[in-house]
Amino acid sequence: MATPTRTDRSDPAGPPPTAPQGRREPTALRSRLHRWGHLASPYLFVAPFFLVFAAFGLFPLLYTGWLSLHRVSLYNVDKADWVGLQNYSDLLFGPPSHYFWNALGNTVTLGVLSTVPQLLAALGLAHLLNYRLPARGFFRTALLAPYATSVAAATLVFALIFSPEGGMANWLLGLVGAGPVRWEAGPWSSQIAVSVIVIWRWTGYNALIYLAAMQAIPRELYEAAAIDGANRWQQFRNVTVPELRPTILFTVVVSSIGATQLFGEPYLFGGQSGHQGGADHQYETLGIFMYDQGFHSSMLGRASAIAWIMFGLLLLVGLANTLIARRLRSAT
Amino acid sequence: MTTASDIPATRRRAGRRPRLRASGAGDQHRAGPLALTTLVLVALASLFPLYWTLVAASTDSHRVISTPPPLLPGGNLFHNVGYVWHNAGARGMGVALLNSTLVAGTVALSTVAFSVLAGFAFAKLRFPGRGALLALVVATMAVPAQVSIVPLFILMKHLGLGNQLGALILPTLVTAFGVFFMRQYLTQALPTELLEAARVDGANSLRVIWHVVVPVARPAMAVLGMLAFVQSWNDFLWPIIAMNGATNPTVQVALAGLGTGWSTDWSVITAGALVGTLPLLLVFTVFGRQIVGGITQGALKG
Repeated sequence: MATPTRTDRSDPAGPPPTAPQGRREPTALRSRLHRWGHLASPYLFVAPFFLVFAAFGLFPLLYTGWLSLHRVSLYNVDKADWVGLQNYSDLLFGPPSHYFWNALGNTVTLGVLSTVPQLLAALGLAHLLNYRLPARGFFRTALLAPYATSVAAATLVFALIFSPEGGMANWLLGLVGAGPVRWEAGPWSSQIAVSVIVIWRWTGYNALIYLAAMQAIPRELYEAAAIDGANRWQQFRNVTVPELRPTILFTVVVSSIGATQLFGEPYLFGGQSGHQGGADHQYETLGIFMYDQGFHSSMLGRASAIAWIMFGLLLLVGLANTLIARRLRSAT
Repeated sequence: MTTASDIPATRRRAGRRPRLRASGAGDQHRAGPLALTTLVLVALASLFPLYWTLVAASTDSHRVISTPPPLLPGGNLFHNVGYVWHNAGARGMGVALLNSTLVAGTVALSTVAFSVLAGFAFAKLRFPGRGALLALVVATMAVPAQVSIVPLFILMKHLGLGNQLGALILPTLVTAFGVFFMRQYLTQALPTELLEAARVDGANSLRVIWHVVVPVARPAMAVLGMLAFVQSWNDFLWPIIAMNGATNPTVQVALAGLGTGWSTDWSVITAGALVGTLPLLLVFTVFGRQIVGGITQGALKG
């Protein structure tokens, strides 16, 4: 951490102090230094964040856009050949477009499969956790435990659970008389398996966010509803859910952004074919597609174009959520 | 800055708040048998894969994929853990654990330090451009890491950080979430009078931070530090690109190597998953509630 004098001298707004040691007029200089320090210090305090962001956030974001207009090899990153919009037109209409649209579709279906059940379950669980419960702390910790596992550890364990030979999932199916499923092979079965991993890791986390918001709802609202003759279900629907609306919206935004970027689960679920999202690309997401094009097929320019398309999609998702939020707010 | 001695204090202070606020209607209703049964089943579903990691990690390559699957731990745990400890990711899981601790620890410390500085400035100091800069901080939270991956990879090559731990640390030295989180906390927790009193006493800004802001921010610093640590520890996409082929990987990269490598000895793979998860699971069992409190605080008060 900087000493006070250094803070004052590296003041970006004012001119540098004339006599650094301040021999001539110590008191006047000191008060000037003090004043400058006072003016400059807010900027110095926020500077580290903006420097890091400029170097590792904003600059790469723009650089991605520039790279997306070039052909760049993974093995010679300094040589970039201008190709204009060819990376984009290839992705949308050209030879790799089949895989691009497939990945886009999978991202949407995986997003719906993993987000919708997850948030609905979280809402119900939060409601249950809000009852007076024995061993309350245990339930909360148990629900949160999956959040503590990494995507790598969780996915590897679930890959074993869904394994075609000796997997726990098929054994359980067998117990209830259903035939074994080749989870990794089919488009739906594999996407369900990948979604289960996401749901397992994030449901408890969302439930606890909902629970915290539920506990902030004033009790009077429920009492008023009870006097009006609302039963428990009606109270949940007409008091709890509307009061939670901002929180629900927050979790929807966060989860759909997370779903758009899904990478680790499909990558590791597929083992050796994970980098292309399964043998038939059946659960290849946009994140996987970008990784595969850039870091397996060495086409960094095309990967950059995919990244920018993803960024555009994320902006759209954010915009849609904002519009829906505004709609809901004006409706109430 | 987050030392072990800070954490119990956080636990006491931050941990109590949700309970005091627990005035929701559900509170006075006792859970019925149906609700309890559902919760028990969900808790089992939550915990079972973790338990099963332990079971699978303690079997051998044949037993782990036999039908019916083993449900009780076997006697092979130390053999499997010893194997990944020495052989996962070229230099073993032990080195990977050390690397992950180093990366996540550095990231947590710097996130906390820089977030306190910036959060304090945004919460309590008046300066031209403050509103616009804060809006920029919030906006950057929406920029996904994935968009910057390719240039970051090139940038790290130029900086001579290819396959180095530094490549993982640099981009996450500070996060928008951290700045925003600390700003939210200090806005409400730090009385302006206290700052004015310190200023009247002639303290300069850094002194104010050290003697006034940091003591007030300590609970939030502990929570933010843990969140940053967990996030950095569990980060996957960037490490797998930046450290691919590294002889000196982090835990997640070593795990990915186990999962996509030629070996499909599931007892060894799950032993790796167990070793990679256990440290965080221990942290969570102890501080879970504080972490959730921090997450919800950051989430709700925006």
